[in-house]
Amino acid sequence: MSDRIDVKKTYKLFINGAFPRSESGRTYEVKTSKGVFLTNACLASRKDLREAVVAARAAHNGWSKATAYNRGQILYRIAEMLQARTGEFIQEIMMTTGVTKVKAEKEVLQAIDTLVWYAGWSDKISSLTGANNPVAGPFYNFTVPESMGVVAAIAPENPSLLGLIESIAPVITSGNTVIVLASTKAPLSAMSFAEVLATSDLPAGVINVLTGKKDEIAPWMASHMDIDAMDISGLPGKLTSEVKVAGAENLKRIHSFKGTTPTRITAFTESKTIWHTIGV
Amino acid sequence: MIFEYAPAPESRAITTIKPKYGHFIGGKFVAGSKHFATINPATEEVLSQIALAGKAEVDAAVKAARKAYTSTWSKTSGKERGKYLFRIARFLQERAREFAVLETLDNGKPIRESRDSDIPLAAAHFFYHAGWADKLEYAGLGSSPKPLGVAGQIIPWNFPLLMLAWKVAPALATGNTVVLKPAESTSLTALLFAEVCQQAELPAGVVNIVTGDGSTGALIVNHPGIDKIAFTGSTEVGKIIARSVAPTKKSVTLELGGKGANIVFEDAAIDETVEGIIDGIFFNQGHVCCAGSRLLLQENIAEEVLHKLKKRMEKIRVGDPLDKNTDVGAINSKEQLAKIVELAKVGDAEGGQRWSPASELPKKGYWFAPTIFTGVTSAHRIAREEIFGPVLSVLTFRTPQEAIEKANNTPFGLSAGIWGEKGSRTLWAAQQLRAGVIWSNSFNKFDPTSPFGGYKESGWGREGGRHGLAAYLKGVTGE
Repeated sequence: MSDRIDVKKTYKLFINGAFPRSESGRTYEVKTSKGVFLTNACLASRKDLREAVVAARAAHNGWSKATAYNRGQILYRIAEMLQARTGEFIQEIMMTTGVTKVKAEKEVLQAIDTLVWYAGWSDKISSLTGANNPVAGPFYNFTVPESMGVVAAIAPENPSLLGLIESIAPVITSGNTVIVLASTKAPLSAMSFAEVLATSDLPAGVINVLTGKKDEIAPWMASHMDIDAMDISGLPGKLTSEVKVAGAENLKRIHSFKGTTPTRITAFTESKTIWHTIGV
Repeated sequence: MIFEYAPAPESRAITTIKPKYGHFIGGKFVAGSKHFATINPATEEVLSQIALAGKAEVDAAVKAARKAYTSTWSKTSGKERGKYLFRIARFLQERAREFAVLETLDNGKPIRESRDSDIPLAAAHFFYHAGWADKLEYAGLGSSPKPLGVAGQIIPWNFPLLMLAWKVAPALATGNTVVLKPAESTSLTALLFAEVCQQAELPAGVVNIVTGDGSTGALIVNHPGIDKIAFTGSTEVGKIIARSVAPTKKSVTLELGGKGANIVFEDAAIDETVEGIIDGIFFNQGHVCCAGSRLLLQENIAEEVLHKLKKRMEKIRVGDPLDKNTDVGAINSKEQLAKIVELAKVGDAEGGQRWSPASELPKKGYWFAPTIFTGVTSAHRIAREEIFGPVLSVLTFRTPQEAIEKANNTPFGLSAGIWGEKGSRTLWAAQQLRAGVIWSNSFNKFDPTSPFGGYKESGWGREGGRHGLAAYLKGVTGE
């Protein structure tokens, strides 16, 4: 046994490309599955959420207008960065959830492959969900899917890394920006993933990661008037109704999903139909 | 100068209105318990007594729809479902004039529009969706698309039969059964449509029509036997529906309000543009959710456009909706007229300059002259709130960027228009606009193949085209 004292990492939030602590100064204890103290994670506040929304809104114009090829490459770059740090993520998942190394490794590798899968969708989804509509008149009429804007996502408690990536990757593929609330009990891999994002050429504000309590943050996400849509896949069922009622104030599109599916992309796009007059 | 025309009225002899109507439930007309009057808004003449459905009638309709879904419609092949829809499309074409006259009497819209737009488009919607019924697995919406079950559909009074077609045709094509409620003030063409369902020998209970007011609508929205709600109407009611269904598993589509920007760039062909501005705001008395109710003029051409617009407005013929020369008909109801009058007063009070051509409005009925407000800014209520009447708010801009910022400065996102001769700028503007339907060098065009629906607070989902099918199939937008 070495006498050396480990240098422990401070886990913070990820807002607008930076790593701030919660403005509220609040933290909560993250423990191993056996109850041993690991670290103090930030307990994000309403104001942290609002700052993340400002960052996400500001980032939306640039990200949504970036070429699909560019967005795909950045998603692929995120996968590359994650691949390089596989070991660290396996450790964090094992510590916080108590799963075996085999299971943790499986989750991390699946998370990488999921990123690659969604990366490939960025320049294909328009071809599949757009349309050229043969209207009865002298118009070139076509429909294209576009991003909705700012999406708030509640990542599931488990699997903490794969679930987080499922609630981020498809949302940003089409050009949305996102604020995600990570697994409360197992937030370490989410915050380390933010470090992956910070080194992946991803523009600041496209993905913002918060740690905290679902019953505290989700209703504020739902009532925020500058959030366009929500992925509530990780929201406890007892909060669903409350969130949907609050979200109705600006008619948020609120969905939840199971598994890896292009529906996670299309559910957060709007179809725009353009009638372009034909004539000489 | 106002042109004088001899009256050219369409005959109403082609349609027979019964003194009293019931509901259409399980393939039969059943008597109602309570009734209210439906009137011709152009004359205030009482046309008929319409039944007000309460809990018992809505229950019966939902039960009939469920029974038809379980025992008949879900077992009917797509090919056969499609043939029923083709039949309905043909019957609507055969009886088009009758439907047009009835629509104009009950709604107040000019016969020119009901005859040339509403009814032909309604028939086209059935014809289009008929062809989808046996091709759903090719629609890109899953390899084995499944219907939702019983759809509750609530439609508005501005395009009564057309909105019925937008709702009923895709629901039936995808294998759902329906309980439909027409708007309180415009039930007659829906009830005539029930006759068409009988003529087409559509199995009993596949289409059920209950009439009534908002209380009937609420009974449908909150009915536990309904799997899907499709609503077209105001954003205010849309939000109430979204809250009501929050604790349930019902899927919902909403087509709500708008405050469409009609942007005119300096190189636009002015005469054509003026026609487009007129179509954008005065079509159907401005009772159009996607109306181009905010005119954004590039500053250097604003004066010329306004001058020509006013000259053109002086030639708009307001009056008898049954007259074939009428351009603008009656406001649909006393309540709607009061709302328009109220918001126009707000426009005056906030400093807008109101202008209407000199015209004589009929003494009886509900009328509002085509009106424009100049000197409007983005902060004015008449630039922010949907008026749903023949009232145009005019704003100006200097740069294309400013036009986009003003156009997008609204909680709505339904429609927009772009006028200009430069194709690359048109497509740039179309890309920047946050709206679901964008017309370039035209306005208020509709087609069953073309998806329609809004961004933001203009609603959820699309109607029409391949995209519209998603609203009636399982699992297309997550859980």
